[in-house]
Amino acid sequence: MHQIDVQKLSKRFGARKALEEVSFSLHTGDSLAVVGRNGSGKTTLLRILAGLAAPSRGTVAYMDNGRTLDRAEVRHRLAYVGPELTLYDSLTAVENLRFFATMRGIAIDDGWIEAMLSMLQLAGRGDDFYGAYSSGMKQRLKYAVALLNDPVYLLLDEPTANLDDEGKKIIGEIIARQKQNGILIAATNETGEYGFAEKLIRLGS
Amino acid sequence: MASPKSSYGLAAKSLAVLRKDILSEYRTRYAINAILLFGVTTLTVVSFAVGQIGLPADVYAALFWIIIFFSAMSGLAQVFVKEEESKTAIILKLTADPTPVYWGKLIFNFLLLTLLEVIITPLYFVMTDVVLHNAALFFTVLILGSIGLAGATTLIAAIISRASIKGALFAVLSFPILLPLLIGAIGGTKKALGPVEAPFAAASSELQLLVSYAVVMITASVLLFEFVWEE
Amino acid sequence: MWWKIVLFVVMSWVIIAAFVYPAPQQGIGEASRIFYFHVPQAWVAVLAFVVSMIASVRYLRKGDLLDDDRARVAAELGFLFCLLATVTGAFFAKVTWNSFWNWDPRETSIFVLLLIYGAYFALRSAIDGAEKRARLASVYAIFAFITMPFLVFVVPRVLPSLHPSDSVVDSSGKITMSSTTALVFFPSLAAFTILFIWVYWLGLKISVGQRRAAEEAVR
Repeated sequence: MHQIDVQKLSKRFGARKALEEVSFSLHTGDSLAVVGRNGSGKTTLLRILAGLAAPSRGTVAYMDNGRTLDRAEVRHRLAYVGPELTLYDSLTAVENLRFFATMRGIAIDDGWIEAMLSMLQLAGRGDDFYGAYSSGMKQRLKYAVALLNDPVYLLLDEPTANLDDEGKKIIGEIIARQKQNGILIAATNETGEYGFAEKLIRLGS
Repeated sequence: MASPKSSYGLAAKSLAVLRKDILSEYRTRYAINAILLFGVTTLTVVSFAVGQIGLPADVYAALFWIIIFFSAMSGLAQVFVKEEESKTAIILKLTADPTPVYWGKLIFNFLLLTLLEVIITPLYFVMTDVVLHNAALFFTVLILGSIGLAGATTLIAAIISRASIKGALFAVLSFPILLPLLIGAIGGTKKALGPVEAPFAAASSELQLLVSYAVVMITASVLLFEFVWEE
Repeated sequence: MWWKIVLFVVMSWVIIAAFVYPAPQQGIGEASRIFYFHVPQAWVAVLAFVVSMIASVRYLRKGDLLDDDRARVAAELGFLFCLLATVTGAFFAKVTWNSFWNWDPRETSIFVLLLIYGAYFALRSAIDGAEKRARLASVYAIFAFITMPFLVFVVPRVLPSLHPSDSVVDSSGKITMSSTTALVFFPSLAAFTILFIWVYWLGLKISVGQRRAAEEAVR
């Protein structure tokens, strides 16, 4: 049983308060939607949860059967997709996938790559440079990288940004799978999007 | 689906980082261009100014390392600065452990420096008419010095890549730390250029300095790197 | 309070005695009096660096910003004393060996220390965010500290030295000062050290006060 425990998380940039005492607790099978206007701190919250920023106050704890995980363990089990994330422009899609798989310590073969690219409607585009992809294609490849380690914790910031209806459908399926097997947190300001979530927190007043 | 974790060890991951950086650099050539251009320009200036004057070996040794040092300053920070500026540092921090990132980039910087030296060294001897009496010592000092140079500056490159104003910060932070290395390298090169008997024995203090410096600085960097890398 | 009076008395003694007592080194003459000031200043400059480094290590282990304050205040003082040591050293060099600067190993070390302090402050001012600044500055302080043993122990074997090393501390490391010299030197060393500790403590109080006030203002 995996768990995320957030207690009174606050973040301040100089004099500006971006997050104020956010608290929640999730375990395997939970899904949380983080909702709020632009600038309400959604991205800040996700970045802190992903370990990309440190909070000013409060704590975040990732646990497996009650035992708190250290940074490296969290990194092995966590994946994040967000607008500011980018892969290597000067590498092809396949080169990007192979590189990140190796860095995560995971062996993938051509079959896996083909299947993944097919699922994300990128079949046949594996040898194109990431830099040459359209924004929709880039978003989809980010999911491929995120799914490399079968993440327990999946954090999504604006999950369907740049995607057309087809793309949104694919992501919907990924989200559904994640909900069953792990913990999902998605930040969005698109009203239609958080039907998938069982829990919701609203940021900003 | 994907196999279980730990299919790859430290060496494989470090080599993956190295390979990625080499591929990326080969396709874009940012750092190579900067470092080679700077090296050749400085060399030309030096040759122009003092090339044909018969100066003592000491001066030629010092000038050689000045060229190497400043060229290094113009190109060795790229390996981290590019990750931060192109925002790929984010995904790298999410997926990679710090230690293989450090090793991969250290080796990359060493190779970049070696490439510079392969081009600059013969040109240096041609353009300044200085005679190389002890080639074995010269190249030993060059290799050891380059390992130390890459070893000390890679961590500093990681530090400044996270600063807001990078500018001359790389050189300002590197120079005091590199001074013992430069003293050893210049001293050793002096003895390699001059007609010295039993050169390796004569340069033993310098060689010891270079080896111990490289070992200490790389070890310290490996230990400190994760503090620079993680948020 | 009483120790401030003691400090005043000792420092006065040092300053007066340095000029009144016989010059410490016969061969070099009157200019050697600067020894009483130059060496303690260099000592404090290095002591400050050690304090800064230890505080930096503590910061990396515990993340308490107070340790970062300690590191910075110690570095500010260290920089000041290092500047003094470099300048007094240069004057001594001019009078004794007729050139302000010669790159002898001790001169090189104190100059490198000055550059390290300068680099430390340049780095601090280039980073936004208190925790990030503290962490990166701490790493640099520790990394730079590691080069000091090279400068102090290894480089002197590579470069020739001008410093009159055998008149005070002989090759086996024992101190061979005349008793009159010792009467002025050791009090000077103590006085400068106490001065450093006192100003360090004051600087720390101010620094912590400022930081706490800034945090309160935002709350």
